[in-house]
Amino acid sequence: MESLRGKVAIVGAADTEVGVVPQLSATQLYVNAAKRALEDAGITKAEVDGLITCNSFVEPYMYHAEMIAEYMQIFPRYCLNVATGGGTTLAILHHAAAAIASGMCHTVLITMADNMLSGLSRDRAIEAMSTAGHAQFERPYGPPIPAFYALIAQAHMHAYGTTSEQLAAVAVACRRHASMNPAAQMRDPITVDDVVNSRMIASPLHLLDCSLVSDGGAALILTSAERARDFPHPPVYMLGVGEGHSHEHISQARSLTTSAAKEAGERAYAMAGLGPKDIDVAELYDCFTPVVVIELEDLGFCPKGEGGRFVEGGRIELGGELPVNTHGGMMSHCHPGHPGSMFSVTEAVFQLRGACGPRQVKDANIAFVHAQGGIMSTHCSMILGKEVG
Amino acid sequence: MMTTAIAKIAKALPVPTGETQPFWEGCRNQELRIQQCGACGHYQFYPRLYCTACMSEQVEWVRASGRGTVLSFTVVYRPVTKAFAEEVPYVVALVTLEEGPQLMSNIIECDPEQVAIGMPVESVFEDWSEDIAVLKFRPVLA
Repeated sequence: MESLRGKVAIVGAADTEVGVVPQLSATQLYVNAAKRALEDAGITKAEVDGLITCNSFVEPYMYHAEMIAEYMQIFPRYCLNVATGGGTTLAILHHAAAAIASGMCHTVLITMADNMLSGLSRDRAIEAMSTAGHAQFERPYGPPIPAFYALIAQAHMHAYGTTSEQLAAVAVACRRHASMNPAAQMRDPITVDDVVNSRMIASPLHLLDCSLVSDGGAALILTSAERARDFPHPPVYMLGVGEGHSHEHISQARSLTTSAAKEAGERAYAMAGLGPKDIDVAELYDCFTPVVVIELEDLGFCPKGEGGRFVEGGRIELGGELPVNTHGGMMSHCHPGHPGSMFSVTEAVFQLRGACGPRQVKDANIAFVHAQGGIMSTHCSMILGKEVG
Repeated sequence: MMTTAIAKIAKALPVPTGETQPFWEGCRNQELRIQQCGACGHYQFYPRLYCTACMSEQVEWVRASGRGTVLSFTVVYRPVTKAFAEEVPYVVALVTLEEGPQLMSNIIECDPEQVAIGMPVESVFEDWSEDIAVLKFRPVLA
């Protein structure tokens, strides 16, 4: 299998305004993100010959990528709409890299957005909450989305002695980083006590163990490594990428405490020729606090079962051993649904450009990004770097 | 095993398919049915056309013991929809059946705070309509 290592680079990255953005529709957020990314890359839409989107929950189209192309009046030779839940972002980047490396197209625009906060009617919001899970074998038992992740958290606590206070440390770290990010939706610092004393949603998960509901979008421009040197910003190279897929329904999971993040991470490290010790900053999927704990283990940043202890004592905060979710993550920056982890990628790009101001990780050369979708079902890991090396 | 009273609040009724009909017929008769492979002996749930272990077509319906243990659980305080509001707090659990397969269910007929990982449970069927009874579990009394 030919490696994608260093063959493709991100040359444009941008976020829309995020949080509460009632003035833009979902489609407008996609296009707003795309325009900003084109400006960041210093190119016109005529130079885009590949377009990939995820569908919008609020404003879906059967041919969503074609809809965005039509709206923007661009005429790509490669046009694709990908859906793997929260893992969609990085899976899309994987597909884009393969398309560029194989010559299917030269310059790919990836744009993802949604307005889950402002765009849903009451009925559709209820639909969004209640249609997760298997229609015959899960939904009759009334699991809200946090309950699916609570099953994972409870199993991890039972197996490894992980505590609610340790889970809370993830939310505290994200919020501390968000307090340094003027774009973030939630910026008031919180403490471990605030998290464990917030309302219980589905034990052991409290309100502040859960991510946000937001509006927002983000877009990226990718091209081949050879062409990438001719853009205004220094390129950010894709050094490693890997996926892992284990189930659709949590009731069918092989394990509750070890996820397919393990395979995704191993594949990304192998391609990059790097390991966990080489990573300067990590942007990890954080729909609920236990997800970050399990990802840190499965991605090799600490041994299995040690994730709870690893997140304590500021180790995942700026200035710590491994700063995680430096923009605030979906816990505190924003979570508009499928695009949630796009902001992890744009943040990784901004960190590697050294453009993050007070939340900049010193000497950030290698960034790790991980996204998962479903209920720990679909996973994609990506390693980004300033140099091909 | 017993049948509890028909639930008062309108919840969305599960809609059996050709593939799952024997399971739901079993529930109506207070019997937990799963599939076993005639070729390799593997048990599986939910029902499928082929054996997930060996891809044999010889999957057969068998009656499971109805006994299992709690693999994990959560006590839900914020109901998914109004239809579940009266039941708060309720227990959503994953149960590992004695035969091996795991499935989602509710643990009922107990204080939610008493539920624990590893707890032995047994099947119980809750009538939701004339045709649909829903598989649930309750603790096995020591």
